[in-house]
Amino acid sequence: MTDATATTSPQNPARPAASLLQQTDRMKRRNAAEARFKAYGVAAICLSLSVLFIMLWTIFSDGLSAFRQATFSFPVTLDAERLDPNGNRQRDEMMRVTTIGYGGLLNDNLIAYLAERGIATDGVTDKEIAAFISRDTPARLRFMVLEDPSLLGQTIRFEGYATGRIDGYLKGRVTREIAELDVNVSVAQLDLADRMVEDGLLSLKFNWGFLTNPDASDQRPEASGLGVAMIGSAYMMLLVALMVLPLGVSASIYLEEFAPKNRWTDLIEVNISNLAAVPSIVYGILGLAIFINFAQFPQSSPLVGALVLTLMTLPTIIIATRAAIRAVPPSIRDAAMGVGASKMQVVFHHVLPLAAPGILTGTILGLASALGETAPLLLIGMVAFVANYPAGPLDGGILDPATALPVQVYSWASRADPAFIERSAGAIIVLLAFLLIMNIVAIVLRRRFERRW
Amino acid sequence: MTVTFLILLLLVFAAAGFFLGRGRALAAAQGDARRLHSLPNYYGWYGAIMAFLPALAVLTIWVVAQPIFIERQISGIFPVEQFAVEADRILLMADIRRVALGIDSAVAAGALSAADAIALNVESDDVRARLSEVGVALGSAVTAEVLQAAQRYRELAGTGALFRSIFTILVAVLALAYAIKITHSAMRARNRVEMVVLGVLMLASTVAILTTIGIVLSMLSETYRFSTMYPFGDFLFGLTWSPTFQGNSQLGLLPLLWGTIYITLVAMLVAVPTGLFTAIYLAEYASPRVRSVVKPLIEVIAGIPTVVFGLFALVTVGPFLREWIAEPTGLGTSGSSVMTAGIVIGILNVPFISSLADDIMNAVPQSLRDGSYGLGATKSETVRQVILPAALPGIVGAILLAASRAIGETMIVTMGAGASAKLDLNPFEAMTTITVKIVSQLTGDLEFNSAETLVAFALGMTLFMITLGLNVFALWVVRRYREQYE
Amino acid sequence: MDDQLMTERRVDAHEIKITARGVQVYYGEKHALKDVDVDILANTVTAFIGPSGCGKSTFLRCLNRMNDTVAIARVEGDIRIDGEDIYDSRVDPVQLRAKVGMVFQKPNPFPKSIYDNVAYGPKIHGLARTKADLDRIVEESLRKAALWNEVKDRLKESGTGLSGGQQQRLCIARAVATGPEILLMDEPCSALDPIATAQVEELIDELREKFSVVIVTHSMQQAARVSQRTAFFHLGNLVEYGNTSKIFTNPDDPRTESYITGRIG
Repeated sequence: MTDATATTSPQNPARPAASLLQQTDRMKRRNAAEARFKAYGVAAICLSLSVLFIMLWTIFSDGLSAFRQATFSFPVTLDAERLDPNGNRQRDEMMRVTTIGYGGLLNDNLIAYLAERGIATDGVTDKEIAAFISRDTPARLRFMVLEDPSLLGQTIRFEGYATGRIDGYLKGRVTREIAELDVNVSVAQLDLADRMVEDGLLSLKFNWGFLTNPDASDQRPEASGLGVAMIGSAYMMLLVALMVLPLGVSASIYLEEFAPKNRWTDLIEVNISNLAAVPSIVYGILGLAIFINFAQFPQSSPLVGALVLTLMTLPTIIIATRAAIRAVPPSIRDAAMGVGASKMQVVFHHVLPLAAPGILTGTILGLASALGETAPLLLIGMVAFVANYPAGPLDGGILDPATALPVQVYSWASRADPAFIERSAGAIIVLLAFLLIMNIVAIVLRRRFERRW
Repeated sequence: MTVTFLILLLLVFAAAGFFLGRGRALAAAQGDARRLHSLPNYYGWYGAIMAFLPALAVLTIWVVAQPIFIERQISGIFPVEQFAVEADRILLMADIRRVALGIDSAVAAGALSAADAIALNVESDDVRARLSEVGVALGSAVTAEVLQAAQRYRELAGTGALFRSIFTILVAVLALAYAIKITHSAMRARNRVEMVVLGVLMLASTVAILTTIGIVLSMLSETYRFSTMYPFGDFLFGLTWSPTFQGNSQLGLLPLLWGTIYITLVAMLVAVPTGLFTAIYLAEYASPRVRSVVKPLIEVIAGIPTVVFGLFALVTVGPFLREWIAEPTGLGTSGSSVMTAGIVIGILNVPFISSLADDIMNAVPQSLRDGSYGLGATKSETVRQVILPAALPGIVGAILLAASRAIGETMIVTMGAGASAKLDLNPFEAMTTITVKIVSQLTGDLEFNSAETLVAFALGMTLFMITLGLNVFALWVVRRYREQYE
Repeated sequence: MDDQLMTERRVDAHEIKITARGVQVYYGEKHALKDVDVDILANTVTAFIGPSGCGKSTFLRCLNRMNDTVAIARVEGDIRIDGEDIYDSRVDPVQLRAKVGMVFQKPNPFPKSIYDNVAYGPKIHGLARTKADLDRIVEESLRKAALWNEVKDRLKESGTGLSGGQQQRLCIARAVATGPEILLMDEPCSALDPIATAQVEELIDELREKFSVVIVTHSMQQAARVSQRTAFFHLGNLVEYGNTSKIFTNPDDPRTESYITGRIG
């Protein structure tokens, strides 16, 4: 201590016989330091928690609007002359009329409807009015008519998506200032959109399509959805659970109950704890090299994704399972051995059932982390654009190309149109909802079956 | 018979084996289970295992060995010179396989009759067009040789499949017959079944080892192929990273390594103080109620997928840093930067460090705290001068583990750090990391015989080595620390 | 309270250092210490004896407010050191503990060098102005703890490398170095072998010259050997308090006699 300014220090090294009721100057300084130190702790916690809340807040404020969609609702007369030129309702011949034909029909109907309702269209050309309707909408109308040709000649009330910019305007993302700089949308169009909203022709509706549609191309953010990604993720989680649970439990039982203590089991133990810390992308490289290049499994398939995620989560599951097995007190093993059960019977009749809640909790948490994993899936091709739903799980659907929820978040985030950022945040909300459910299930399991030895 | 069908058949055999074995044992004991060595079900399980496992083993070996055998046979059709380059042979074989499978699926779909399929020839049929009708797309037109090879492939595969079925069923029946024959009342069925179960358990525990071997082998072999195409010294010590499609790319590791280290450094500067102070507050100051609320909240951060942090970096943190710090100070104009990625990774690592440090500080014996308080030390003096020094080795281990996680982090850097490889000191510049380049070199259409693709495996190998080294060292430090207080 | 102090002072040659009146301690629901009145004298070794869980350690930990570090503990009553209420809201427990040092049951040297262990207290309390000052305090404290000769050549080595008895004497040196007036010892010899115990006991007797020492002990022989005054605790009550010789030869309370003769405890 070389504090030359210290005044309280006496000649004698012993403390001065001061009253306890008075704080010395030094004590005041020390208490100030104490308060500062404590404040750093509070500040650190506030920092991380506020970042967490800001993050969730921005994600929710960006993403919740993805669940609503600017939708047109107006009467469309399905002109049989235009849609079925040969007039014989033959599907093959009707297929000749492309989406462009249906698009033209929709535009004409929309313009006619605007005129009928007396909505002024000053400064907006017919072509610009046509640009209000999403390119996805004619395709859906065409599909509807081909499925049910009896609609021809009728006037139906049709609902279709508006384009991303108009959608963005209704949600407040696109403003007039932006529109002036944007070649894709004009201020006059926005004015017209206001009048359409007033009329009830255009409105924001709950967007089921976001949950069910497959992905859509760059020009049609409004039509893109999470359907394929959710199926892909569901297949993968199912397969991972089917593979990781037996593997992890078997390995844990062996290591915890049967393995002799020797170099080989030491090696396995060190290996498992190291594997748990290997970066996830390395598992992607492994999957690409072994499952796709060597074993020739199809790229982008949920099967390969599940294999990679299984290998990745296996170490964490083994660690959790072993902890659960170790928590079963030895007295139970002794009791069962004492009545003449074999070691194997002890494990399968007593230890495993008692450890089951812990094992299940650990597995669910492992699955939750696998559900959010992105990087390895990028390498095995799950980032590809997939517009078709995979087949059912028993019809080889696990070999069909698919994407996954977190990968969809990434691929939307990397597209140019800002409308995809909204979709990306919306996808995160769906992903977080699933994670929340899994964690709640795990917590409930843990609470309910908590053992009191 | 397909493999799936064969396996289902084996399961039926196993069920039969169960009842046969159980019945045989009970018959041997005149229906009195007490005269048996083991419970009757164990005899059943023994029968089932014998009917199933040996045949499954045969089937597995067959499925692995048959393609290798067939490829050997088919390679004989082509002149040896054609395979000067190994990659060409692999591509050719893939072509042949696809044509053969295409013809098979055309037959299955009814587009071709079995006889037509055999009669296919390149002169009269456009094989490519006919196959594309049944949904098999081929990269190029089919040559006569390939078609001939494909026909030979189908022939061999057909014969192979037939013998596979016969052989598998034969083994199943024989093994089951043997099991039934040796079943008698004194047979130790339980011990035999338990041996098999133990074997299965042991096998499962080796999966972890196999994974490591798989990782190392797959990366080593591809890294070796990379080193035959690109000088390895230039990779390790090159200062420029500029892959091109035309070849003569420069694939120097150092700019990527620098980006990785720089971002990790920033992340650690955020994560270490925040994580440590969080742990200190929770371990030493917080009341049990505060702790029970705050600790799970902090751990929520660890449960959020990294891609969410990636989007946060891209949409919120990046633009914020650019508009409020980088542009006003003239340090940069890019939202993606070392700072953006580093700060976000840092926050992601806070719960990791805080929960590890919390555990480690709780392992410091209470008697040391008492000793310090008994001398009239304040809490902060006790933490700084007694607890932290005592916990130091463990905390160093935790920090190293966190650093290894930061180095291997992929999504946040992919979305928040940028893609330009450069050696720069300005933290508001976009830089890139090893993981970003692994992703960018290995997504999209890949050709596995160019240095530009294979370099990703060399990068993966580098990443694996760095993180493995850090992990092994950190785990060793933590373990030694734990032993100190046990 | 002052007049009471005066009356007590007449009883004994030594002045009274600590006065406790009506001390109650609760651990959550448990009433661990019931209504304890004690006067502890300066320059005297006072021993607290009694069976396990009788409250003797609890009371000891009230004297330097170590019970504050246990969240569920609650202390009521009046404890004064030199006439000042140590549970007064103006009293900083940190400052109090510099005045009332403590040695624990298990030797608990910090994982630092021997020198740093002893210098820890003086450093945090700012008792030394120069490095030389600090060196002198460390040497004196180690001498007082009868450890100097054994460790003077290896002051930079870790304190955890010493033998059990040396570690405990190091902890005593560490407590002495802050210049306390009272030294509390919580079963300081229970983790030591007989030879180390003898060394520490000898040391306690020497420390009496400078400090008032309060020692909790399990061993009646030890209490008889080292203390002048003895308090017997039983089930959270202070049963009897007086000169050691009287307690051991002619106790007033039958419970004390039962304990001393080995019938309870």
